[in-house]
Amino acid sequence: MKSDIVLSGVGGQGILSIASIIGLAAVENNLYLKQSEVHGMSQRGGDVQSHLRLSGKPVSSDLIPYGKADLIVSVEPMESLRYLPWLSKSGWLVTNSAPFINIDDYPPVEEILKEIRKIKNHKIVDADAIAKEAGSSRSGNMVILGAASPYLNMPFSSLENSVRKFFGKKGEEIVEVNLKALRAGRNA
Amino acid sequence: MQKILLLGDEAIAQGALDSGLSGMYAYPGTPSTEIMEYVQASGEAAARNIHRYWSANEKTALEAALGMSYAGKRAMVAMKHVGLNVAADPFINSAVTGINGGLIVVAADDPSMHSSQNEQDSRFYGKFSFIPVFEPSNQQEAYDMVFDGFHLSEKYRIPVLFRITTRLAHSRAAVERRPEEHEKPFHLPSDPRQFVLLPAIARIKYKALLSTYESVKYDNSLSKYNVFKDGKNRRIGIITCGIAHNYLMENFQDSEPDFPVLKIAAYPFPKDLISDLTSRCEEVLVLEEGYPVVEEALRGILDNSLKILGRLDGAVPREGELNPSLVAKAIGMKSEPLMKVPSIVKSRPPSFCKGCGHSDTFNAVIEALKPFKSNGVFSDIGCYTLAALPPYNIITSCVDMGASVTMAIGAADAGLHPSVAVIGDSTFTHSGMTGLLDAVIKESPITIIISDNSTTGMTGGQKSHATGRLPAICEGIGVAPEHIRTIVPLRKNHEENVRIMKEEFKYRGVSVIISERECIQTATRRRKAEASENNSNV
Repeated sequence: MKSDIVLSGVGGQGILSIASIIGLAAVENNLYLKQSEVHGMSQRGGDVQSHLRLSGKPVSSDLIPYGKADLIVSVEPMESLRYLPWLSKSGWLVTNSAPFINIDDYPPVEEILKEIRKIKNHKIVDADAIAKEAGSSRSGNMVILGAASPYLNMPFSSLENSVRKFFGKKGEEIVEVNLKALRAGRNA
Repeated sequence: MQKILLLGDEAIAQGALDSGLSGMYAYPGTPSTEIMEYVQASGEAAARNIHRYWSANEKTALEAALGMSYAGKRAMVAMKHVGLNVAADPFINSAVTGINGGLIVVAADDPSMHSSQNEQDSRFYGKFSFIPVFEPSNQQEAYDMVFDGFHLSEKYRIPVLFRITTRLAHSRAAVERRPEEHEKPFHLPSDPRQFVLLPAIARIKYKALLSTYESVKYDNSLSKYNVFKDGKNRRIGIITCGIAHNYLMENFQDSEPDFPVLKIAAYPFPKDLISDLTSRCEEVLVLEEGYPVVEEALRGILDNSLKILGRLDGAVPREGELNPSLVAKAIGMKSEPLMKVPSIVKSRPPSFCKGCGHSDTFNAVIEALKPFKSNGVFSDIGCYTLAALPPYNIITSCVDMGASVTMAIGAADAGLHPSVAVIGDSTFTHSGMTGLLDAVIKESPITIIISDNSTTGMTGGQKSHATGRLPAICEGIGVAPEHIRTIVPLRKNHEENVRIMKEEFKYRGVSVIISERECIQTATRRRKAEASENNSNV
């Protein structure tokens, strides 16, 4: 089994939480894992990405080679397109449709979605709206993780366990809200 | 033993904790920051009361670590690559004094300059100072090497340098822990003159260092990390350094490479193993992250018959970090993007957070400078450097920690007025204070604006030495109290702040404006922490 995932978004949108939760699930499933993160300057409202590599065998490179990613998971639509050079022919692109606009020349959202629809395997969900409905507008990242979960090659229950572990310190209420968002994303 | 998921930085920190560390010293700097942060967050470090405070800068950190080593205990000091420039003086001389308790210096290089001003290669510092260098290729190796690093350091009584790069520092993988080693007991050096580098003593010690450097390469705790693997295909041999090995192996997922490969992960590098490789190959490709250090050594000055490929002949790009695709290309394999980034995708540069005090400070600076027809301000290293970008475009320099103050002095010497420096609070206590003393002594007509967000913001909000101390520091250095002004950078204070800045810009002497408002990120985290504290008290 091998699963190479590019996670993308804008600094502060919670992609590292997604990475940590998938990481915990990978450990539960006895998978090898490497996950590279971006820290420092670009965290300030810039584009951020994380390469997450899961495998049944030891993983060599911390970075995914071009054209080899099985999955792009993005909490922001324009950011999902920035990493197309990494996506494989059969790879999936799962993205939020709600834009994060902090630049003057942000293109019209409809045109971005049109580009995304050109990708053979794509899934677009309005994570912000679904998260709000699930009870926490800040859980959009969990909605996206839920939406991407069918393509992750691991049981959904391990992701649920990881969400419990990851948010456990913050109390039962936070755990439940995030689980609800994760499941809503799965069913979206 | 237990396996845990750790960043490369964290693996080094955990390795230090498990191998009997007594003191961690550092100044924050991407990509090295998480080493100290991990130690600070460790319950075990707290229980053992391991030293784990930030230092004012990399030089003070390294000197304090050397002091702990003097007293017989194991110490580690961590910094980003350019931090080693700041600490270069004690670093190079610590090789001559030697150590007592084990001493490891970690320098985290940033090829491709993700968060840096240059992509200097710290391996040069190893050779320059005759200090052995470990360059781990993965998280497990980073952890294991700390044990060997301390042993080597104590056996040969010299410091050891760890060179990591951004990708390892900030990539997570499972690490298997080893049984813990005890901390070393307090014991002072047996030779009271060991650390006294008077010329007569230094000459003797330097001679000893040169011979130590020759013998250290044969020690197993170093040499075992350099591994030669022969192959049948003798057309090409490949030398990989550190993390470059992973990028090579990434291209051989289902089969082993059929050509000889020498993996280098510790220096001084192994001449005998290099001869083993070069003697049986028609050409050699060198893959190394950063500068062509090994490649240049192989090429030498005189051309030899062996064909050498690498960064210098363009087989691999001359600058920037490596990746699996660049390495694939260098060995004649294909690894190219199948899709392009659509032209609709716009760049999204980093920017000030919404509500950041720096942006209010710069809005006032821009307006206050208008009547002076100034072309901008000198500035420094931190979040506030983002004011070099639109819509501000007000910063004309960002060179090294503290340079805004001293460049403003030099420009004023040449006749620039007003000569204005904008520096962060943590950068000011790192390296701005000594420049301010120069200005006070010479009565330089400059204005220093300390944009004080009460934290080390760019690296994620570490404690700043300056917090609550800036007016007293500036007065103590000798700035006239009436020219130490404190303002609060909020939109509602804009007019008043502009007025105060204009007054000080007109003044032909040293003035300091402390523009003080807590970083919006740390303020939010603090309020959240306080709220959960209150809730749990109910």
